[in-house]
Order: sequence, then structure tokens, then C-alpha cells
Amino acid sequence: MMINVRELAKRAVETRTEERLGEQIALPWSAAFVISMRNVTIRLGRAAITASGIVLGIAFLSYIWTAKLSEDVIERDMARRARLTQIQIQSQESELVIPGQEEAEEEAQARNARQMWLVVMSLLVCAVGISNSMLMSVTERFREIGTMKCLGALDIFIVRLFLIESIVLGVLGSLVGAFIGHVGGLLMYAWKGGWDLPAKLDWPAMIFYLVLSILIGTFIAFVAAILPAKRAAQMPAAAALRSEI
Amino acid sequence: MANIKCPKCSKEIETWGVVTVCPDCGADLRDQVAEAERITVQRAAEIVHDESATTHEFIVRTRGLTKVYKMGEVEVPALRGVDLDVRRGEYLSIMGPSGSGKSTLFNMIGGLDKPTSGSCFIDEVDLAQLTAFELAWLRCRKLGYIFQTFNLIPVMTALENVTLPMIFAGMGTDEMMERGRMLLELVGLGDRLNHKPFELSGGQQQRVAVARALANSPSIILADEPTGNLDLTTGKEIIALLKELNVGGGVTVISATHDLKMIDVSDRIVHIRDGALERIEHRHEIDLEVGRLGDEEASG
Repeated sequence: MMINVRELAKRAVETRTEERLGEQIALPWSAAFVISMRNVTIRLGRAAITASGIVLGIAFLSYIWTAKLSEDVIERDMARRARLTQIQIQSQESELVIPGQEEAEEEAQARNARQMWLVVMSLLVCAVGISNSMLMSVTERFREIGTMKCLGALDIFIVRLFLIESIVLGVLGSLVGAFIGHVGGLLMYAWKGGWDLPAKLDWPAMIFYLVLSILIGTFIAFVAAILPAKRAAQMPAAAALRSEI
Repeated sequence: MANIKCPKCSKEIETWGVVTVCPDCGADLRDQVAEAERITVQRAAEIVHDESATTHEFIVRTRGLTKVYKMGEVEVPALRGVDLDVRRGEYLSIMGPSGSGKSTLFNMIGGLDKPTSGSCFIDEVDLAQLTAFELAWLRCRKLGYIFQTFNLIPVMTALENVTLPMIFAGMGTDEMMERGRMLLELVGLGDRLNHKPFELSGGQQQRVAVARALANSPSIILADEPTGNLDLTTGKEIIALLKELNVGGGVTVISATHDLKMIDVSDRIVHIRDGALERIEHRHEIDLEVGRLGDEEASG
């Protein structure tokens, strides 16, 4: 082991830094992304549990939106049928009365509001879940964070690593969640209201909601990780190294 | 460390502080070993402050360094005014019982912790005056850390661990990989570049840590109990490696240690007790028998 050490040691130290390194400290996004992805894949079980919170929340949100769009289609169908009947009735009695329509609309609005309230609650719960899980992850990695600081990492690097990790989980989780929610909702309503439902659906709105739910999921993951990431970054290096987990 | 005599069979035994029974008659030698250790560490003493030397000689200087930890209502002093000068290219060991303030002093020098009062200079730069960015820069370029618990990033391979500080320093990928390889070869791990820390033995992990400490050609290596978690032979390997870097590379090595094997290679040994410097020993005053490493390795 020691054969060339002196020779190599000289080389290692003589390759002085001045000409090749500026006066900078940097963690390029690409490198940060690689490190974060490594952290995600190495703790795949934990990551899956964290992401499943988002999956469930976003699936619920997507389902509610799909349901709304599907119900619109069904209502339009019913209205058309009602109008047809009306025309028949009109030809006999020439009076326009559709009993109970206004109450039905009010009831639908109330139901929608209730559902949105539920969705908001579920998304809040999922944000708290992510936050908790990221905090655990931070605690588990105190020593690692301390080590990185010793190697010259700035606070912002640590924040960046944790935020990237959370956003990756957010994107993946909400992709899966949105898929489950939309497809599940469609299938359910198609089964209930006829298999020609997808053909009559407002697809631009559907795609808009799909993108929106993925954005919301990612945003929630991002916001939920800010606090844990800050906590990780603000830990003094010495204290982070001392911690025993 | 001097030889000791077995009280039973009068055999002369060389000790590294690890022999506790006589290899011939099996008599308990712990008292003799402890006495020998005591004599070793008591042999010479010197006041820290060496006025004859110019300041430029010193890479690290501390003046009146104190640190008080607040544990709720109670204030616990960890350091009570430490003045320490470390020469450029020196191999310095800081020794002291646990709780003596050794690690605290170590953290101050490494810029990991802020002193309650007093100041710490590295290359005549007061650490307290530095911004967070400058401090990170200093840690990245000037200092190399080695820890008792190795502290490698578990999800990264040996090569990635070594190149991480180079990423922070903004080095290009190709150059980084080449240098990482070179450093791992230097520490004898050229064939284990892509092993994760858990696939390496303790000694190998510590050698990766040494390579990582050298990543950005630091002027100072700070080693906190580098042999604390290693067995005798691998501990000696690490010590020999640090000494080679010190002699061959001109790196200043500051090491907090309990390990008596370290005394052999240290230029000076700083004894610290209750947060204050107790005494400083120079190597030539200690009269150690150098060249024991090879023999011990052969028998161990």
C-alpha cells in the first residue's frame, strides 16, 4: 500500500488549485439532481410511502374533477331528453314548467362545495404527511448534512437537495395519482352512465384538469419540503456531526 | 513508549499501549502499561506561546479561545482561554480525556463552531470575520476533515465520495474523475472505486475519507480520532498514511486523539484538560522508539 505514497502524495498536493478553480463554491443543478435521485432510489420504500400520500390526495382531486365533467355530460343528456319531452308537452298544453329543476341544481352546487372542501382537507393532510416524512428524512441524515457542510456545502445546497427530492416525489406521485383519479372516475361514470361517455366528454377541460392536478401535487410537495429543508440547512455543522441516530 | 518488565518472569516486553498480559507467563500487565503511559506523557512540558517564531510560520493560531455551552440554565465552560500556535507543515496531536474540550477546540479550528470569546486565525484570517460563504470556501479548499466514524455519504460510491468536495469547488467532470481516481490509488483503493461504503471495511472506509480530505489540496487536515473505530493494524495504516501525507505532501495535520500510536509520528503533542492547555510535548523530548510499526504489523 505504501510503495508510491510519498511520490503520489507530492503529486496530490502539488496540483495546486489556483489556476483551475475560481473563488467559487457551487453545486450545479445537474449534480444536485443526481445526488437527490440517488437519495430517492436508495430509500425507495420510504419514498414510496411519502409519494403515496400525494398519490391518494391527487387521485381524490382528479376523481372529483372527472366526476364533475362526467356529471355535466349526463346532465346535458338529461336536459336534452327533458327538452324533447317538453316540446311534446308544449305541443299539447303550451306551458313551460320543468318541476324540481332549480332545487336539483342547488343541491348539485352544495354537493360540489362539500366535495371541494373534502379535497382541500385531503390535500392539507397530504402536505402534512410529506412534511413529516421529509422531517424524518432530515433527522436521519443530520450526520450526512454535517459532513457535507464540512466539505464546503453552503446552506442553499442542502435546501436544494431536499427540495429536488421532494419535487421529484411530488411529480411522480401526482402523475400516478392523476392517472388513477381520472381513469378511475371515467370508468365509474361510464359504467353508471353508458359507455359512450368518453366520446361525449369535454376533453380539453379534462386535460386541463389533469395538468392542473399534477401542478398542484408538485406544488404541495414543494411547499411541504421547505420547512424541513430549512431546518436541515440551518443546523450548525458541529451540532449536525454530533447527532447520533 | 518504553519497554516494560514483566513482574513475574522479568521478560522485557515492547508495548504500544495494547499489550495487557505477558505473552510468556500470562501475568496481568495493565498497571505496568498504565505507568509506562503516564511516564511517557509526563516527560516533557512547554508553554504554548512560542514568541521567538514569526507569525507567518503559523498556519493556525488561537488567542484566548473560550467556549461556553448553555445547557438550559446551567453554563458549562468547554474551553477556558486557549492560546495555541500550529506551525505550517507540522503534525500536531491534541490529547486529552473525553470531556476535556478536545473536540470543541477541534471544531473551533475547523470553523465548525463559533467561540464564545477569543479568536481563531487560519493563515492569519480571523474565522469570526468570515461570512458563511467564505467559511464554506475555507472548509472546501483549505481544510480536509477526517472523522472517527468515517462519515462517508452512504448512498455514494468511494469515487463519488471523494469527488463531492470537487463538485463544490466547481471542478470539471473529467478532471474530477481523474483526480478522484488518483487519490483513491494514493490510499491504496484503486481497485475499489465503485464500492459503496458498506461494501468496504472500516480501514478502507477511513482511507476513502483520507482521500476525500485531500480532494481540493487542503493546507490542513483535521483528523478527529481517526483511528478510534479501527483495529490496531488498520489504525497504524491510517497513521502511517497521514504521516506520509504530512512529510511527503507538506500538509499540516492536526489530530485529536486518544491513540498512543499517534504520539510516535507527532511533531508536538498538546495535552488539554478541563478546557485549558495542560502542557505541550515535543517529539524529540519524548524519545520514542520509531520503527515499531513494521514489527507490530508483522506480529499483528
